[in-house]
Amino acid sequence: MQYVLLINEEEAIWDGYTPEQQDEVMAGYGKFSQYLVDNGHMRGGERLQPVHTATTVRVRDGDVALTDGPFCETKEQLGGFFLVDAADLDEACKLAAMIPTAAAGSIEVRPIWLMDED
Amino acid sequence: MTKSSMSFEQLYRQQYGQLLALATGIVRDLGRAEDLVQASFVKAMTRWPDARYPDHVNAWLVTVTRNAALDGIRHNTMQAGKLDEIVMEISNEQTGTGELDTDQHPAMSDDMLRLMFTCCHPALNIDARVALCLNTICGLKTEQIARAFVISDASMSQRLWRAKNKIRDAGIPYEMPAEDELQTRLQSVLAAIYLIFNEGWLASGEQHQRMELVNEALRLGQILTQTLQDDSEVRALLTLMVLQHSRRHARFSADGEIVLLADQDRLLWQTDEIQQATNALEQIFSSGHGQGRYALMAAIAATHCNAAHASLTNWNEIVVLYEALMTVDPSPVVALNHAVAVGERDGPTAGLRLVNGLKEVAMMQRYHLYYATRADFLRRLNQNSEAAQAYQQALDCSPGLAEQKLLRRRLAQMSS
Repeated sequence: MQYVLLINEEEAIWDGYTPEQQDEVMAGYGKFSQYLVDNGHMRGGERLQPVHTATTVRVRDGDVALTDGPFCETKEQLGGFFLVDAADLDEACKLAAMIPTAAAGSIEVRPIWLMDED
Repeated sequence: MTKSSMSFEQLYRQQYGQLLALATGIVRDLGRAEDLVQASFVKAMTRWPDARYPDHVNAWLVTVTRNAALDGIRHNTMQAGKLDEIVMEISNEQTGTGELDTDQHPAMSDDMLRLMFTCCHPALNIDARVALCLNTICGLKTEQIARAFVISDASMSQRLWRAKNKIRDAGIPYEMPAEDELQTRLQSVLAAIYLIFNEGWLASGEQHQRMELVNEALRLGQILTQTLQDDSEVRALLTLMVLQHSRRHARFSADGEIVLLADQDRLLWQTDEIQQATNALEQIFSSGHGQGRYALMAAIAATHCNAAHASLTNWNEIVVLYEALMTVDPSPVVALNHAVAVGERDGPTAGLRLVNGLKEVAMMQRYHLYYATRADFLRRLNQNSEAAQAYQQALDCSPGLAEQKLLRRRLAQMSS
């Protein structure tokens, strides 16, 4: 079996941490990642940019509509994910609009947090 | 105005957007471009501390900003491979030997317009888009934009911060939209241009109006019209702005008080501009495109502009147009204007009833024109003490100086 582990958090809590506390959490993630690698569990994983970078893509009657933010309907549930390379947000949204579920549900597009940016 | 008589503030406001668009075009990062442009102005301030700017100060700012932006790229090893290409492109633009076909695609060659499309990207919410345009292209400060939007400085500051971070972090490209996306992207650009026009037309702060903003909005409207001449709403927006602009010489008294439409000297209106705009509008309506937001607003402006005297205004026509506009744009500001028109057609009691119907709307409670409209109806109904209270509430919203003068005079009349 393969499983995806989805990380939910309140960004304000993270933002309220001191740099030392943030380092401590990141060290914890490092340790956990190493554990996954060492024990043959690792299939991949990324940190996401904060929620203000999110764009929601919906296709209705063939028209692509973008919404600022992660506003999926409360009745919608997470059904899967793709990790894609794209030149910019426009290309990422074009790809998102090609996902069949975009025509009935919604696709949240969020950039990966590149660790070497820090 | 000669450069030597310009204040630093005026220089900044006039040049900021152009320089930011230039710098963003080179470094492709709005935040870095903003820093570079700020640095250029600091250099200008240091070089001319007495603000006696030479005629070439604009060219100087362009050179300083461009060089700083190119230096920025040189130091960025990530982009080193692209540098020659970028430098080539820029030097071509400068010398005019490049492949840019400005006759066919004026918008494509306009840095400002490209920046505007970036600021109006659909992945940003509409409020953020217009705020960004005013902040980046017009060089308006957060508090000035907050007033234009009738929200607090803190909310506007947060809105701009969030929008700029999103552009950077989400990878919103600094490009003109693709042909198939132009229509969608256009609507928010039109809204932004009209907001810029309005910000210049009735400037917040101490200036009565900022004609450079009005002219910037007109210029952007003209460029858009040339590029997208088949789009009726693009033409309608330009028509609307031209109609309002035709009254520019009649809007303020000698001592800087705003003169309301009904009291303006109509001989000061530019009849040739009104005629031209009215013809353009008739073309839009006769081709069946009269139901758009800007077409309706332009038709309202044209009805005012074509009345030889205030008492000859066709208020019934204006009420009908506002009712059509309310279906396209159901905002409280449109509803307030509709109330004014109904008050003129059916009397102040009818107008006041509609205005009072808006009192629960949160934004109206910070909107000086809501109180001013209410006050005027109350004054005409001889309810002087209530009118005085409403004039004071309008003043408490700190409108621009020219409006304050009128409100103060009316307030004084109520107590005399």
